[in-house]
Amino acid sequence: MAQNKPLIGKLLLVTLAMFGFGFALVPLYDVFCDLTGINGKTAAVAVTGDNAIVDTSREITIEFLARPNKDMPWVFKPEVHSMKVHPGEIHIMNYLAENPTGRMIVGQAVPSVSPGQAALYFNKIECFCFSQQQLAGGKDMLMPLQFYVDPALPAQFNTITLNYTLYDVTQAWAAQQPLQDNIGE
Amino acid sequence: MSVVITEPNDHEQHDHDHDHHDHKPSGITRWLYTTNHKDIGTMYLVFALVMFFIGGTMAMVIRLELFQPGMQFVEPHFFNQMTTVHGLIMVFGAVMPAFTGLANWMIPMMIGAPDMALPRMNNWSFWILPFAFLILLLSLFMPGGGPSFGWTFYAPLSTTYSSDSTALFVFSVHIMGISSIMGAINVIVTIWNMRAPGMTWMKMPLFVWTWFITAFLLIMVMPVLAGVVTMVLTDKYFGTSFFDAAGGGDPVLFQHIFWFFGHPEVYIMILPAFGIVSAIIPTFARKKLFGYASMVYATASIAILSFLVWAHHMFTTGMPVFATLFFMYATMLIAVPTGVKVFNWVATMWRGAMTFEVPMMFALAFIVLFTIGGFSGLMLAITPADFQYHDTYFVVAHFHYVLVTGAIFSIVAAVYYWLPKWTGNMYDETLGQWHFWCSLISVNMLFFPMHFVGLAGMPRRIPDYALQFADFNAFISIGGFLFGLSQLIFVWVLIKCARGGVKATDQVWEGAEGLEWEVPSPAPYHTFETPPVIK
Repeated sequence: MAQNKPLIGKLLLVTLAMFGFGFALVPLYDVFCDLTGINGKTAAVAVTGDNAIVDTSREITIEFLARPNKDMPWVFKPEVHSMKVHPGEIHIMNYLAENPTGRMIVGQAVPSVSPGQAALYFNKIECFCFSQQQLAGGKDMLMPLQFYVDPALPAQFNTITLNYTLYDVTQAWAAQQPLQDNIGE
Repeated sequence: MSVVITEPNDHEQHDHDHDHHDHKPSGITRWLYTTNHKDIGTMYLVFALVMFFIGGTMAMVIRLELFQPGMQFVEPHFFNQMTTVHGLIMVFGAVMPAFTGLANWMIPMMIGAPDMALPRMNNWSFWILPFAFLILLLSLFMPGGGPSFGWTFYAPLSTTYSSDSTALFVFSVHIMGISSIMGAINVIVTIWNMRAPGMTWMKMPLFVWTWFITAFLLIMVMPVLAGVVTMVLTDKYFGTSFFDAAGGGDPVLFQHIFWFFGHPEVYIMILPAFGIVSAIIPTFARKKLFGYASMVYATASIAILSFLVWAHHMFTTGMPVFATLFFMYATMLIAVPTGVKVFNWVATMWRGAMTFEVPMMFALAFIVLFTIGGFSGLMLAITPADFQYHDTYFVVAHFHYVLVTGAIFSIVAAVYYWLPKWTGNMYDETLGQWHFWCSLISVNMLFFPMHFVGLAGMPRRIPDYALQFADFNAFISIGGFLFGLSQLIFVWVLIKCARGGVKATDQVWEGAEGLEWEVPSPAPYHTFETPPVIK
């Protein structure tokens, strides 16, 4: 029947659109989380802390957690486990990484902030998590993080926990060697 | 529904007409090449029954292992494969094909159409299904075993930690999805274009309405399922990082995409059941359905709301409070249109001249037991309470009440209801009543105590449990074995009815109304080649 064709066409279009929508959810999810900060992801780009005004009336406790993923042989830990900062103050924090194996390994750290809504106010000027880190076998290094807490941080937050999970991405790194992209945060 | 036929030809004449071009190929080719909606409907239903028994056998393995604490019969890895494939088969192999089979058989006859709108595609959408399930079942025999990550295949269980056969799982889900989408498009086009003159939208039987809405849900969410399994495939085999945090992905994203499909999916498995019950209750109460229009609107509201509640499956993933509140209230809102439906069914029976043949018994059991499943669903919707119930047997009890005593009971009710129309013979009422009572008692032995062990903290999908749950689990397992055995009575009834019995009249049931009861019993191979006129 001829009158079926336009309807079938429209229904197939809906089907294809929904297949596309499934994939569109991936960037949409990232955009939504960037805007709201609800999954504890910090901004993927560096900010400049030049014009931040230091609010000495408040003190925020920052807790640092670091753990290598179970397939990652590096030793990975923060220099101190917590520090007290004033909002707007720029601080540098070093993470120690040590590669106890005999081979070069590329690591990628993925940050997560808890409580999630505070992630929007945790600003990084410089971070080792912005790029992949290479470390030859038997070597160690200090990886710096430069950050400040936005003075606009809502009053209910007085502790922010920053966790880094470190992944072994040597294989992926080797595969994409020609097109070194900024996969990281 | 008020449908009166004023077709000039009487049925005798009609029958005679058909005998000439009633030629169908004989033997296996009849079934391979058929484009007849009744043949395809029968194949779907038989396929669903076979899958129901295969999936049921896996449930028996699960209950056997859980009969006693400790490890007795199967390895944990095999146990996980059983829970996974049991779920996949029952959802995609039993319930959905059974509803599609009923749609194929009944929708053209209910709207006065000679066949489905796209008969050749109909043949395809059935015949790819057996291959999908063959692939899935054979993957169990691969080295490393079949899928063992639960039917919800959460990443990273299905990506990082799954066996090599995961690609087979993905392809079989692709095929199932294509089959469902083709079936759904066929249903929509049939209902849209092939209604008999005078069959206006608001005169359509509710089974047609609920299937129409279900078909829209299918074409909107099955592609999302296809997308998410594709992402699992590329994450596992082609180095993408949709769900891998090391590459910038997010495993929680998997759950969002999956449940965006998964929640409408549960309504796909229950809306046609609402249509069936709305057909059966008026027949045996000998009254018109109470609140026809509100039933249609309630079905549509449930379908729309089903897209807004997916994250209630994910309360424990650490969502912010405002999101959990939104999903909690949206979920509870679904109870309103569902309540409208239950109210209408009860109001239909109010002061009706009721009789209690087997289809009515199953429909009544559906109303009571589905409502129990709905209530435990409301309990699970309460965010703070869900932290206690999450991933326990309470959830298992909940979804088996809505799927077994909901969807499956409605399918069984539908089969008893329309079986005389399909075969021309009445089924054995005594055996049918035996089937009903055995099923009713055993299904409650099987699933009701799961509420208690779940509230006490017994986790789901684990092959062993703490000693204090031993007595309840032994009782549950006995209920499970009895429920499995009771279904053999069903097969006996079906075979007996197909072979012969008391001849059914055209109307079959005293109170039955609608076009399908105007054609002879058994329904001739071709019906309504000249459309009936409906006042």
